[in-house]
Amino acid sequence: MSALVPLADVAYVEPWWMQILKSIVIFAVGLQILPIMIVLERKALGRLQNRYGPNRVGPYGFGQPLAEIVKFATKEQFRPRTAIGWLFALAPVISILTAVAAFAIVPFGDTVDIFGTKTGLYGLDVTIGPLYLFAFGAVAFYGIMLGGWASGSKYSFLGSMRAAAQLISYEVSQGLALVGVIMTAQTLSLVGIVHAQAGMWFFIPQAVGFIIFVVAGFAETNRPPFDLVEADAELVQGYMTEYGGTRMVAYLFAEYLNVLIVSIVISTVYLGGWLLPFGIDPPNWVNPFVVLAKTGLVIFFFFWIRATLPRLRYDQLMSLGWKILLPLATLNTLVTAIILVVAYD
Amino acid sequence: MPWSPGDDVLAVQRAPQPGGAGGAYRAFGETLRGLKTTFARIPEGTVTIQYPEEKTPVYPRYRGRHRLHRFEDTGLEKCVGCSLCAAACPADCIRVVAAENTPEHRVSAGERYAAVYEINLSRCIFCGYCEVACPFDAITMGNDYEMSDYHRPDLIFTKEMLLAEPFERTPLRAEGE
Repeated sequence: MSALVPLADVAYVEPWWMQILKSIVIFAVGLQILPIMIVLERKALGRLQNRYGPNRVGPYGFGQPLAEIVKFATKEQFRPRTAIGWLFALAPVISILTAVAAFAIVPFGDTVDIFGTKTGLYGLDVTIGPLYLFAFGAVAFYGIMLGGWASGSKYSFLGSMRAAAQLISYEVSQGLALVGVIMTAQTLSLVGIVHAQAGMWFFIPQAVGFIIFVVAGFAETNRPPFDLVEADAELVQGYMTEYGGTRMVAYLFAEYLNVLIVSIVISTVYLGGWLLPFGIDPPNWVNPFVVLAKTGLVIFFFFWIRATLPRLRYDQLMSLGWKILLPLATLNTLVTAIILVVAYD
Repeated sequence: MPWSPGDDVLAVQRAPQPGGAGGAYRAFGETLRGLKTTFARIPEGTVTIQYPEEKTPVYPRYRGRHRLHRFEDTGLEKCVGCSLCAAACPADCIRVVAAENTPEHRVSAGERYAAVYEINLSRCIFCGYCEVACPFDAITMGNDYEMSDYHRPDLIFTKEMLLAEPFERTPLRAEGE
């Protein structure tokens, strides 16, 4: 049983047991990054503000997420009287599911030989990589929208409405910024995009697109300074106001998973994925570590921005998205297209 | 004729108008400046005092928990049970019961001694009037500030507890610190 996966455009055949094995490994390792990331975020935020951050639970405070998950798991599963029960329970699941699904196409490296089998260090090399990402990003709205609406609370509803407006506004610019890269790389496969960066990483020729993508990535993941969704001064906690216990953890988990995925995508699409500069060409098994190191730097940038910038006002958010980022992204796409046509004809 | 406020009124300094290419450029530059500002906090290190392990040093005249004193040479208590501290106490938290010294049972240097000396620290406001009122410097305000407890009765300190050395000394601030 060694048929090609219909969506995949891989030039080799992976046995079914290898596909199962590597999906287990990718998700086991990938999801273990999250708690570490949460501790490191709080430690980084602390250091950026002249304090330590969590350092009490376990060695260097790394037991903190463990203590917190115990705390959250033992909390009451509260639900408002006006809430719509099954939707209220379903919404965090949608959020987390879409975030995990996007993890499948993240390339951690090139093909390597494992047990005599040629294996790609990624879940799936789809021919529609970025489209797959945006598709699941669009489904992720439902997690937030349904969660806010099904809570039966006005604050939650307002928060989810804001989230929807914000995500839709910035998804356009994000997509357009990526179009420049796709045109330059001439492929929609994320692995192909990495291979196309062998000469020069795309953040140099696509500098404008890179900045737009990063800014839009902040907005897409509801991170500061675009965390209007949970603007606590106005909206209590946005769409997750009525959530508590493990359901709220599911939302937070989805948010951090989204940050992780956006960071990996940024390092894959713009920062050369597993490629190293100055002609360094390590064996293929080093690739995942290179990707994770680059991702770590991008994630630190997320934390750094969080410690630096105050939250935008809602009208500022909208005018930044529609009046600055969207025209810039369109212009970037046009200029890239013109240059490509002139250069290749 | 337009109204003139005069030369001594300064014009309000306003930031340049937001928006446009200049606004975007300024916003970008200010973001970089902000990033520099926050990153510069990392090499500065932390200012946190890790409390249970590390304690805030106090000044020598810090008014912490009371201490009762003995004469260093004879070992006799300085307190003579005059109750002046109790009289001076605005919070009424000191209770003194005096008893006569006898040649066989000599506790203090004076005629009488404090058979019972209790301070209710849950009431004490740490004003230091008892220290001022004491004619023999028998009671002073110490430097200890770790006095929390689980039960209110445990906050009533007896004479033995006030005479004893604290389990852990509070660090004193060094000269010029």
